[in-house]
Amino acid sequence: MSGTQDDAFAALTAKIPYITFLGVQFQRRGDEVTGQLVYAPELIGNPMLPALHGGATGAFLEITALTSLAWVAALERMSADQGWDGTFAPQPKTVDFTIDYLRSGKPQDAYARAIILRRGRRIANVRVEAWQEERGKPFVAAHGHFLLPQDGG
Amino acid sequence: MSDNEFKDWMAPDPQAGEDGLLMTAIPHSRELGMRLVSREPDEAVMMIPYDPRLIGDPETGVMHGGAITALLDTCCGTAVMMSSKKPASTATLDLRINYMRPATPEKPVYAHAHCYRATRSVGFVRAVAYHESRDDPIATASAAFILNYKGGKA
Repeated sequence: MSGTQDDAFAALTAKIPYITFLGVQFQRRGDEVTGQLVYAPELIGNPMLPALHGGATGAFLEITALTSLAWVAALERMSADQGWDGTFAPQPKTVDFTIDYLRSGKPQDAYARAIILRRGRRIANVRVEAWQEERGKPFVAAHGHFLLPQDGG
Repeated sequence: MSDNEFKDWMAPDPQAGEDGLLMTAIPHSRELGMRLVSREPDEAVMMIPYDPRLIGDPETGVMHGGAITALLDTCCGTAVMMSSKKPASTATLDLRINYMRPATPEKPVYAHAHCYRATRSVGFVRAVAYHESRDDPIATASAAFILNYKGGKA
């Protein structure tokens, strides 16, 4: 498969079963990637409140960070004239990930965006926040280090 | 806290087999197939069976770190519930996970969590995710939880 940036973006996450399992979708504008955790009753961790499971929201942030990193790498591989060659570099690997829970997640959709603070030769440092009704009121925030795939090895 | 109250919060399925009790009271844990293997004061052991739906890297079949995050979070929270403070419920404040190596495909992933300190308000927990031995970790975690009591006073 090959094609445009849109084709590449759609293919980037479609092949990962866990992203489908969790119900995460992505939108993009240029290099800006927004994750969307589509609400489902299976995401609940505390049925009494009810609140989203901290593991699900933490995983959502990790997926958003990984996808944002993978998309930046994919954009670099795509030259403007040649488009997408149908392949991706190997995925970055999470080294560490620290999640701060700021508010309980309501039983509704959530959104997340990552900021790549540094993308070095081997390691990237990424911050990511998720919100529900208001972008300015995140309910989970995280930061992590990721090991980047090495060219030719 | 009586054991009945504990079960109200996270009742495992009494019909489950020797691989532990399916965590039916927590919808997301149930969806992951998460099982409570054992619990004792300040400690809990849980497990997620290997499931192709949880693959993070289709090239290798390795389980996604996010599923291990959910396992560690739930296991840590359960260790806090098993602490001597006997909270009515608990919520994660922060959770840090260090990944040592990828999980091996086809193998269940276990987690052991220890609430090594609990104040009236906060529980501090360490946890390890592993296949066969805690000495060969897939990931380690460090977490803090807020403790909630009946009537809302902390």
